[in-house]
Amino acid sequence: MNAILTVWWKEVKENLRDKRTVMSALIYAPLFGPIMFVVLMNVQINHELSKAEGPLKVPVVGAQYAPNLINALKQQGLDPQPAPHDPEAAVRDRDADVVLQIPSDYGKTWRAGEPAQVELIYDASQTGTSTPRERLEGMLKNYIREQGAMRLVARGLSPGIATPLVIGDRDQSTPQSRSGLVFGILPYFFVIAIFVGGMYLAIDLTAGERERQSLEPLFANPVARWRILAGKLGAIGAFSLASLVLCVIGFAVAGHFMPAEKLGMSFDLGAAFIGKVLLLELPLLVLFAVLQTLVAAFAKSYREAQTYLSLLMILPIVPSMLMSFMPVKPATWMYAVPLLGQQIGISELLRGRAIGMDDIGIALVCGFAATLLVGLVTAQIYRSERLAISA
Amino acid sequence: MIEVKNLHKAFGKVKAVDGVSFTARDGEITGLLGPNGAGKTTTLRMLYTLMEPDSGQVLVDDMDAARDPVAVRRVLGVLPDARGLYKRLTAGENIDYFARLHGIDDTTMHARREALVDALEMRDILERRTEGFSQGQRVKTAIARALVHDPKNIILDEPTNGLDVMSTRGLRRFMQQLKGEGRCVLFSSHIMQEVAALCDRIVVIARGRVVADDTPDALRAQTGATNLEDAFVKIIGSEEGLAA
Repeated sequence: MNAILTVWWKEVKENLRDKRTVMSALIYAPLFGPIMFVVLMNVQINHELSKAEGPLKVPVVGAQYAPNLINALKQQGLDPQPAPHDPEAAVRDRDADVVLQIPSDYGKTWRAGEPAQVELIYDASQTGTSTPRERLEGMLKNYIREQGAMRLVARGLSPGIATPLVIGDRDQSTPQSRSGLVFGILPYFFVIAIFVGGMYLAIDLTAGERERQSLEPLFANPVARWRILAGKLGAIGAFSLASLVLCVIGFAVAGHFMPAEKLGMSFDLGAAFIGKVLLLELPLLVLFAVLQTLVAAFAKSYREAQTYLSLLMILPIVPSMLMSFMPVKPATWMYAVPLLGQQIGISELLRGRAIGMDDIGIALVCGFAATLLVGLVTAQIYRSERLAISA
Repeated sequence: MIEVKNLHKAFGKVKAVDGVSFTARDGEITGLLGPNGAGKTTTLRMLYTLMEPDSGQVLVDDMDAARDPVAVRRVLGVLPDARGLYKRLTAGENIDYFARLHGIDDTTMHARREALVDALEMRDILERRTEGFSQGQRVKTAIARALVHDPKNIILDEPTNGLDVMSTRGLRRFMQQLKGEGRCVLFSSHIMQEVAALCDRIVVIARGRVVADDTPDALRAQTGATNLEDAFVKIIGSEEGLAA
């Protein structure tokens, strides 16, 4: 058997016997994302839906001053609640999302035909207050329009006079592209699956083997160091790949447990999607394997390597952060940057857009070029005398 | 046959090996004797091409270790100072792994493994994972792993280190057997009795230099000492690091 294959098979076999590695590479790393995602999304979606569809409970101060208004709002789904003692405090303490306040002179101004005023008290910095506030505002605007039109009709005028402009909304988003916004975090989970899937192997195969003093006997065999390195990288890659495949399948399955269509979204990860994701992530997979091995080769011990690699794990977060803080228009050059290219490409796929084979090609070529570069450095480190000497 | 010519190796300012030359012949056991820190392990590491000498030459079966390290490693069986076994593999799997790295076919591998298992009396531990092995069981496995490709030249770095009396005796018998098979056996030790009992030739190293290179009898005669321990102390000039 070829030496590279021998090393590869031995490392795979040995690590499949290690409970911690198997747990982290094949269970924890790939399934953490999908499970967390399903739970979070379900909580979020149900929360939003109950706020958007159920009766809107709003404490009303001075309801007795405007019975007609309250009745009209009730018909639109308002469920008026008793007034709190201190409306401002109630909003600040999150006892209420929004409070409707009607002044005592409401009836007088209304009858005089002057603009009467009502107040909405809310705290915009609290999450989840915008939906109820917008709903209440919408109800009020409906009432305003209705009453305005009736006043015009009573004076023999067409209501159209007061409406010089009508806005027509033509949202170009599709159910898929809307889901792309929400699922923008997916590429990050894929990257984490690759990274964590291979991490323990990368540490074990270089830093761990040196710490256990088995690297020196291994290097006494008539096998060139680069072949040993190649076998080890292959084993790391195999575990990363398994982790990634499980993660993608996990998300595909998770999609069925999400009430995405209730939000007007569609979340469908078909075989074509899975195939393109795997293809896009391929260069990242080998790049991480060599990068992790390089770091592990520099570390003096298993623990040190673990510390370094935990720090390195922050790296894949960067493109995700960039994408969420600034709206980025995908450009071809971005595919040339490892990590960024994967982030952009998978986001586009999630939005239901096609990405060309030329873009995928650029991501592959540049990713493999970067891998080759880091690989040469790693091979150099592997040739050094320092690496083999354990004590 | 292993020939070492004027090896030098320094780590920073420390000259670990400072002009070591000797020859280990086929069908003989050559002992590399010296106190702790004399440069034995560094010398051996240059022999099995883990380290590159600053200057000097290593020839194994007339092949230059600097020119073709892979070919040299092919004819060497090495028990390094670091014994590290793979804990999640059985003793047998540890041996098979190295056999495959040598590119040995399965039939030969099985035959060789069987012979070694018998010679080293390790049948009972063959199918066990090496985690929790005793020192003796570890050394046996490491030696079997190192010799599975039937090497002509054998390098053992302090093979009896940490072994009990029974294991040590067994290992000595095994080394005699290797010698009987016409192999070149080179081992390092800091234990006088061991070297005296086994070696055809003793190379004494102190402070990175060869201070004596002869048969045990000749060493005794040369120093005028009646026993080897006194001879050894006279040769290296101090009793430092002699404790066995």
